[in-house]
Formats: sequence, C-alpha cells, structure tokens
Amino acid sequence: MTIAADIPVAEGSPLPRLITVAAVSIALLFGSFFLYQIAQPIYGVIMLALATGFAIIFGANRFYGARFIFPGVAAVLIFIAFPVVYTIYIGFTNYSSFNLLTYDRAVEVLTSRGSVDPDTEQPFAVARDGDQFRIWLPDSGLLSDPVSLDDVAEATLSPANPPADLLERRDAIQLRSGLQALTLTTPDGTIIQNASLRTFGTFTPDYVRTGPNTLTRFDGAKLVADHETGFFVDEAGQNVPPGWRVGIGWDNFERIFTSEGIRGPMVSIFIWTFVFAIASVVLTFALGLTLAVILQWPHLRFKAVYRILLILPYAVPAFISILVFKGLFNQNFGEINLILEALFGVRPNWFTDGNLARVMVLIVNTWLGYPYMMLLAMGFLQAVPEDHKKAAALEGASALRVFFTITLPQIIPPFLPLLIASFAFNFNNMVLIFLLTRGLPDIPGTVIPAGETDILASFTYRLAFDNAGQQFGLAGAITLLIFLVVAAISYANFVAIRRAAQKRSGRVSA
Amino acid sequence: MIVERPKDLLVKKILAHGFMLIFLALILFPFFMVLSISFREGNFSVGSIIPENPTLEHWYLAFGLDYTRADGTVVEPPYPVMLWMWNSIKIGLIAGLGVLAIATISAYAFSRIRIKGKGAMLDGLFLIQMFPTTLALVAIYAIFDALGEVSPILGLNSHTALVLIYLAGVTLHIWTIKGYFDSIDTALDKAAAIDGATPWQTFRFIFLPLAVPIMSVVFVLAFIGFINDYPIASVLIRSEDKMTLAVGSRLYLNEFQYLWGDFAAAAILSGLPITVVFLIAQRYLVSGLSDGAVKG
Repeated sequence: MTIAADIPVAEGSPLPRLITVAAVSIALLFGSFFLYQIAQPIYGVIMLALATGFAIIFGANRFYGARFIFPGVAAVLIFIAFPVVYTIYIGFTNYSSFNLLTYDRAVEVLTSRGSVDPDTEQPFAVARDGDQFRIWLPDSGLLSDPVSLDDVAEATLSPANPPADLLERRDAIQLRSGLQALTLTTPDGTIIQNASLRTFGTFTPDYVRTGPNTLTRFDGAKLVADHETGFFVDEAGQNVPPGWRVGIGWDNFERIFTSEGIRGPMVSIFIWTFVFAIASVVLTFALGLTLAVILQWPHLRFKAVYRILLILPYAVPAFISILVFKGLFNQNFGEINLILEALFGVRPNWFTDGNLARVMVLIVNTWLGYPYMMLLAMGFLQAVPEDHKKAAALEGASALRVFFTITLPQIIPPFLPLLIASFAFNFNNMVLIFLLTRGLPDIPGTVIPAGETDILASFTYRLAFDNAGQQFGLAGAITLLIFLVVAAISYANFVAIRRAAQKRSGRVSA
Repeated sequence: MIVERPKDLLVKKILAHGFMLIFLALILFPFFMVLSISFREGNFSVGSIIPENPTLEHWYLAFGLDYTRADGTVVEPPYPVMLWMWNSIKIGLIAGLGVLAIATISAYAFSRIRIKGKGAMLDGLFLIQMFPTTLALVAIYAIFDALGEVSPILGLNSHTALVLIYLAGVTLHIWTIKGYFDSIDTALDKAAAIDGATPWQTFRFIFLPLAVPIMSVVFVLAFIGFINDYPIASVLIRSEDKMTLAVGSRLYLNEFQYLWGDFAAAAILSGLPITVVFLIAQRYLVSGLSDGAVKG
C-alpha cells in the first residue's frame, strides 16, 4: 500500500519553508546567471533547470511526494544522463588536443602572441606604494601609476624622480605573473609590456583581429576562420594552430569505419572485448559454482574456514591485487616466471606476447571474480529442494547427472540477471586492463594506440587521455558504439529480471 | 541424504579436502608472496619465500618514515602513502554519506509514496545504472575542465569534483534499500498515518531507525566502491598530493622506477583495513545484491 500523499498535511506554517526554498532558488539562479556570463551556457541552462525544478517541487504542496526523490533523480540526471548525452555530442565534434579551445579563446591565444622589439627594451624596477606598486623605468625616467599587480591591468607612465623604496630583484621576480599581465602607456602613446625578468619593451602582436572571422598577420597576410574545420586558414591554405572545437557531423564515425588504420584494430578489439567478457563470466561462474557445490557437501568439515579463505580475493581491493599480479607476472623478475623456470625451464613472455597477455588477463580476472559467483551460487543452491535430488539419486542417477539435470536448471533462471550484469561489468572492466597491461602489447601497424589486450573501454580511455593527441572526439564516437552495446545488454537484463520476478510471483500464487 | 558406503565416503572426503587445499595454495600464493616481499631487502624479487635478511625498510617507508640502512644511508619514502590513504578515506566517507542520504530518502519514496510516473522512473533508474560512469569519462573531463573556470574547487584536480561525480553512484543503492523497505510490513506506516504522521515523519521516526542495518551495509559498499575507483579518479586527479590510493599505487610499478618491495608493504598497509571491513560486511552484501536485483 502507499501513503496517499495528496491528503492535506498539517505541517504548521509553510512560511519558513517557503523562505528557505526562495533563498536556495535565488542562489541557484544566481549561479546559473554567473555560468552564462562566463560563456558556459550549457551549464547555465542545467543550473536553471535545477533551480526551477527545486522551486516547483519544494514550493508547491501538491508535489510533496516528489520532494523525496528530487535529490536522487537530480543527481542521476546531472551526473549520469548529462555526461552520457554530452559524450555522444563530443563524438560529433573534432574536440582533441589540436582543437581544444573555444573560438574566442583560440582568437585570444593567437592575438596575444607576438614578439618584443629588442631596440625598445629597457630595464625596470618595482617600487612599493602602500599596498600597491609602481613601475620605474630608469633609462627614460618614467614612473607608472600605482597598480596592484594581481590581475590584468593597464597604467600610464609619466616623468618623475626616482622613487626611494625600490624592491629587491628577488621580490620583483615574485611579482612576475602580475607584471606579465601589465600594459604600460608612455606619454607619447607607445604601449610597452614586460619583456623579460629585467626589461620592458614594445610588443608587436603577430596577429590583429580585423573582423569577426578574420585576423591579419604582422606581414599583412589575411587569415580567415574556417568554421567547418575549426582552424584559421592563411592564404596558402595552411591551418594555423591552435584550432577550436566545431561540430563535424559523422566524420568521426566515417573515420572509424573507413580508415584502415582504425577499423582494423577496432574490429580486433571489439571481438576481444566480447571474448574477454564472455570467457570471464563463464570461467568465474564455472569455478564459483564448483566450489559452492563442494562447500555445500554435508560431509565436508571446516566449511567456515574454507569459505572465508576462498572469498579473500574478493575482499582485497581490486586495484591492489591487480598490481600485485602485475609484479608477480613480470617477465624478468616476477615470481611466477622464477617458479616456472625452476620447474619447467620456461619463461613465458606474459606482457609482450599478445596471446599470453590475454591468457594472463583471463587468469587474473578469474581469480578476482570467482568468489562473487561462489557466494551467489551458495545462496541459490540452498533454494534447490533436497527431495528432488534424493528422488533422482534413488532412481540411480549419478551425482553428476543429478547436478546437470536437477540442480543446474533450477539455479540458472535466478542466476541469469546476475550473469548478464557480470557480463556488462566485464565488458567495461577498465580497471583490470588498465592496471595490469594498459592494453599492451600494441597491435602492429595502427595509426592510433591500440593494444592486443585493450577492451573497448580502455581503448577509448587511451585515445582520450594517453599521449595520443587527446582525441576526445574520436573517443566520444567510439563510446557511442559502446553505449549501443551496453543499452542492448541493459535491456536484456531488464527483461531477464522481469521474467524471474514473474516466475516467482507465479509460483507464489500457484 | 542417501546412504553412502563409508569407504567411498572417506575417499571422497580426502579428495575434497585435497582439492580444496591445493586450490587454496594456488589462490593464496599472491598473498604469501607479497608478505614475503615486503620484508625482503631491495626492490627485486630474487630470494626465497622466507627472506634471508628480513628488513623493515619497506614498512618504514610505507608509514612515511625515513629509514636508515646499516651502512648509514638514509632512504626517504618514495610516495606519500599515508596522505593518499587519508585522501581516499576522506573522499570515500563524504561521498558514501552523500550517497547514503540520497539513496535512503529516494528508496523510501519509491517504496511507499504515491508519485506519478514512479514505475517508469524506477525502470529508467535501472536502465541508467547499467551505464558505468567510466564510459562518460570524456564528458566528465570536459565538464570539470569547464567548471574549473568558475572556481578551481569545482575543477580538475579537486576532491570536490570527485565527490560530486561519485554521487551519481546512487542508483544501485536505491534499489537495494528499496528492496528492504518493500519487505517492511505496511501496517506500520498505516498506524503512523492514522496517528497523523506526515510521510516525512513516518520516514524519520519509523523507517529510518528500522533501516540502520541495511544502511550500514550500503554505506560500507559505497565506501569500498569509491576507494576502489580508479578510472574516474585517474582522469580528474593530476597532482601527487591530491591522489587517492588507487591512483597513486600505480606509480610504484612503472618501467623507470620499479619499487616492488616498497609497493608490497604499502599494499598490505592500505589493503588490510579495507579487506577486514569487507569481510565483515560481505555476508549482507550478497543477499542485498541478489534481493535488490530480483525483488523489482
């Protein structure tokens, strides 16, 4: 039964609540406005939506029930749904280390570049003036207005006598960032800037903005912004870095499916991801179930001790055990190879041979994953009625036969959703791949970093965050492909759970 | 059970115990090795299982203390393990409490309050929780890179950002706690309603005290999950003093500086508390997981 939330609730005066709601909403609205002002309109809109939702749900009495789920739903929408959508969007852009900035920032970077005219360089000193500072140029006898030197600033110079309180060079150097952001104007209108630790000089910018989409270089050449590729193009047709982010439609997907250097490794990684996920589920399930069956055997003693020791691999934080295995499997001085060499005289190349590396990944993952399956299997095995097994055994069926015809068919249906979830987990088991092999050894002949043990998730991580040009756009596009697979798994799991639940309730009502 | 012949039974017993012991020896081998390595001299693993010249050097370093060798050279700790541990625990506690608060309140509402579109929302939550946050790393990076311009507290390399993104992990826990609330007799809230309690009061004074056991399990689970997270923390955290244990540990075993012995001591030191907490909580964990999943 549910509580009827629409029954008028006696809560005392609503005034304090309304005041709080109004205050929080205004704070959120202010944040939204601030985000919009600093050119982050997307986040501004999200904040605005948050403010509106908050005001409506906590302000109006008829949404009393929704107040309880508002924080949870908001967290899920903002931190899962929005990043997912945003990742897909990035897949349609050229966001990468070449096209990292927004258009305005790229223009800013280009116009701030320039060179100092060496003839105009002259030494300077910094004089203290209360909380502020003045710049003193001894060669021309000019002193600036007071500046605070903690932000971008402009000041004019005027002739003056040398100030008394000059800072030591060392202290002046500490003000470097403030000095670099300072622009001084001499009495004759020349603009000079900080040129080195010791000098100020005239600064000639390389590029001047001459139109909304044009820059003029110091040599008079004209650069035009190409909003298709996200670069300024000079007259010779050359791109001038840095570029900015633009939408490029399906180009990333086209690259994935047509570029031989990407498609080849993608296909191999795709296949390995499935092999890895399926093999992990099958191996951990088989091992876990076997151990659970042995532990259920009524004649076995010391069950509790066995049980606690067997789940140890599950209890130790995975990032530690994976790194331990990385050390143990080390080809040159790992214990596993030392033992193998002493016993059989072999030294397998666990990290440089692709197939052995994959075997190692599966061994480690089975070690990590079997206790979970074992614990689940022990629970489900208890639910199998003992008299079914007895009846079969009386008919003369062997223990194995009883297991495969009576026990297994009864535990598979409730197990199925958990197996699918385990598949989904391993499909994206980046921690394992990352800490153990980092995807290595590399697949030969690829244009992007792609390894023999890379799964799709670790592959996209390396594309985006390893030193491979931070190809966020391409990574986003591949993530969309992963999303499609995950969505399919997710739906399959959903259906499996529905079925299991229906079966349960069916059994209860029957 | 069926009558078994005693002789067969004995053979079976020996086989079962033998299998278990061999299997356990294989499975526990890494633990013995790590323990042995942590007391061994130097950072290479040549040597017997019981170290010939046991030394506490690696343990001193793991605790962040300088170690003076017999020949007088002083070794300084390579990495701030204790600081990393504190970072991990701090982030885990804050995010864990946040997740617990959000999940409990949402679970109560999903279990007991009549809300329009509740079924669809629950289904949506279930589908969404299958998408691991690690898949949206590119977007998470871009988002916090941009938010960093508002304030460095919200940007990359900040613990606040990490806690915020961890809050997204509520979905699974909502399901677990909801499963527990669903099993509570509805007579309780009926009685409360008759006495004039608002849904909030019913939650605060009836459900919350009842939910303490499941809440502690969910908290421990969430806490361990956050401590174990590697991908998100590795993308968001850059500087060594801000790192969590999971991100920092990797530094020990890089190609240029292979600190196998130091790693072993640090791994035991940091892994042991988490392992103990987990062993205590694991009984509830599995029943919670399977119940939460099936009771939908």
